Amino acid sequence: MAALFSGAPPQGGPGYSFKQTPTMAPSGERQHGFYPYTDNGGSTLGISGADFTIMAGDTRSTSGYNINTRYAPKLFKIGGEGPDNKGARIVLSVVGFAADGDALKERLDTIVKMYKYQHGKPMSVSACAQRLSHVLYNKRFFPYYVHAILGGIDEDGKGALYSYDPVGSYEREQCRAAGAAASLIMPFLDNQVNFKNQYEPGSGTGHDLQAKVAQPLPRDTVESIVRDAFTSAVERHIEVGDGLQMMIITPNGVEETFTPLKRD
Amino acid sequence: MIPPPDGGACVAMVGKDCVAIACDLRLGMQALTVSNNFPKIFSYGDVHLGLTGLATDVSTVSDLFRYKVNMYRLREERNISPQTMANLVSSSLYERRFGPYFVSPVIAGINQTSGKPFICGFDSIGCIDFAKDFIVSGTASDQLFGTCEGLWEPDLVSCACSGDMG
Amino acid sequence: MGGFDFSNHNRNAALHAQGVPLPKATSTGTTIVGCLFDGGVVIAADTRATSGPIVADKNCEKLHYIAPQIWCAGAGTAADTEFTTAIISSNLELHALSTGRKPRVVTCMTLLKQHLFRHQGHIGAYLVVAGVDPTGAHLFTVHAHGSTDKLPYVTMGSGSLAAMSVFETQWKGKLTKDEAVKLCADAIQAGIFNDLGSGSNVDVAVITAEKTTLMRNYITPNVRERKARNYRFPKGTTAVLNEKIIKKEEISKYVTVHELEDDSVTATAETMDTS
Repeated sequence: MAALFSGAPPQGGPGYSFKQTPTMAPSGERQHGFYPYTDNGGSTLGISGADFTIMAGDTRSTSGYNINTRYAPKLFKIGGEGPDNKGARIVLSVVGFAADGDALKERLDTIVKMYKYQHGKPMSVSACAQRLSHVLYNKRFFPYYVHAILGGIDEDGKGALYSYDPVGSYEREQCRAAGAAASLIMPFLDNQVNFKNQYEPGSGTGHDLQAKVAQPLPRDTVESIVRDAFTSAVERHIEVGDGLQMMIITPNGVEETFTPLKRD
Repeated sequence: MIPPPDGGACVAMVGKDCVAIACDLRLGMQALTVSNNFPKIFSYGDVHLGLTGLATDVSTVSDLFRYKVNMYRLREERNISPQTMANLVSSSLYERRFGPYFVSPVIAGINQTSGKPFICGFDSIGCIDFAKDFIVSGTASDQLFGTCEGLWEPDLVSCACSGDMG
Repeated sequence: MGGFDFSNHNRNAALHAQGVPLPKATSTGTTIVGCLFDGGVVIAADTRATSGPIVADKNCEKLHYIAPQIWCAGAGTAADTEFTTAIISSNLELHALSTGRKPRVVTCMTLLKQHLFRHQGHIGAYLVVAGVDPTGAHLFTVHAHGSTDKLPYVTMGSGSLAAMSVFETQWKGKLTKDEAVKLCADAIQAGIFNDLGSGSNVDVAVITAEKTTLMRNYITPNVRERKARNYRFPKGTTAVLNEKIIKKEEISKYVTVHELEDDSVTATAETMDTS
């Protein structure tokens, strides 16, 4: 049982980037190791609706048992005009290694902006989604250590949401949670968004009982589900907290909100 | 709280004048399901004990407590209360501090003298977690923590939260 | 005392060699502090217990009873702090009974360090021992390997640096009781908000020559806000494949249990408050 007093990170938990400090090998010579990745904790999630997509992420950045900052956004507008991404319709969320997340966001933002200059029209979400997959796979053997989620409005005006693994495998989904508390949030979302494990009362007995069918949820419902998902994650995961950043993408643009979360 | 192989999950929660305890029935080795009827909840009178972790230890520990509780009943001529059971489990696990059973037990019951619901959980070396709301354990404990934290509220009537373990 | 059973040890070592991970023990990631003042001593703790990055218990008790005027704050492996303090409490009570004197804080500290040293650091208990005895107010720290310190203000656990920063900037000699309580509570809050291993509430114990005051949840700065939605399911939402009602009589099939007529007698026999 690890002695916690040492201030070392929990075993199997978040690690340090330079945790392999020079050590003595059994034979006696000094061995050096360099571990280029850090886990900065935090969690993100995205839910797509009939004509909107909501992206959310907490704003805490951690390393080990320490808080680096209480406000490090994990949500980024992609494309649009200028450094403020005016008029953007795509949002990227990244969680994992924050430095890789920043680099990835810069790359994708440049790509989407260049696309508009070259083609004279904004990039569609589906095109942006596929391009992001390529960007990630291009670094197949030295990956961006992030779990990315891309949200926007598709060509039919419907909410679109794509989730990625660190090397570019991607899929369009209704909802997805990523990061440290993904395992806590995802089953809650399955239950509340896709009505998994819920049945219509009195619709039959035993195996004849009818499952509750999922239908697109209204925007304010989704917003409160997101809020509750995060307040719950904050209660049980030490790396999630401080603030909740939300971006709601509609055909009219991107609305951004920030609400405080518990800081312990 | 995170036991080794033989997947399994258990959850206990308090409702209005009631407790609920639930487990899955799967016995598996990683992705391979070996049995679909391996209960993980054992009843000792008024007390119900959920055991997740290494299947061999689940059986061993459940039998051990059946023996210990029966001896208690013979000596005391009464059922064991959930609180006493909690201390029995705790001290029995801590006795093996340096060679533990790979289990994380959960207790649920109603104290027959006070009429109050009682739940608690343990780590594998007997540290008691007295919770007023819910206790989770097993390989799906993270998922159960998330669902319970999101759906649980005080005074649930028929304890309808089943917890979707995926 | 310390009669451990090692019969699973070889099996577990073999299992571990095959790649089975050792079970994760609940640890009190913890901030604990203590501070002497004019006429007594204060100890305080946060109330978060963690298992890896998951909060196992949001409101656990880390202030342990040793004797009426001696209390102990524990960090490290949760089960170890719990049982180590319990066994030393028991021994100290027997010692007090046989000597007919009030137990001393040094005696408690010595018993703890000898117990921990004997187990060579394998018992992961890191403790702050505080109390008042006929020789005055005392404050010690005891580490898992058996080393001890005697200081006017101490901090331990993963939040010890955050807490110590408060002591080092605000501590002064000759504190009053209220000043010491405030200082300790502030130090714990520094741990709660700046160390991820610590969180939830502040527990404080004040020990003076006259009495001990345990202030459970002295400050609760982390109450969860109301949820935005109501998640009550309508009855019948959960699928039920079969239902079996077990009556109380069926449960006692292994042993015959006679319910005693006079309920109040058994009731008093069972008032051992274990919560």
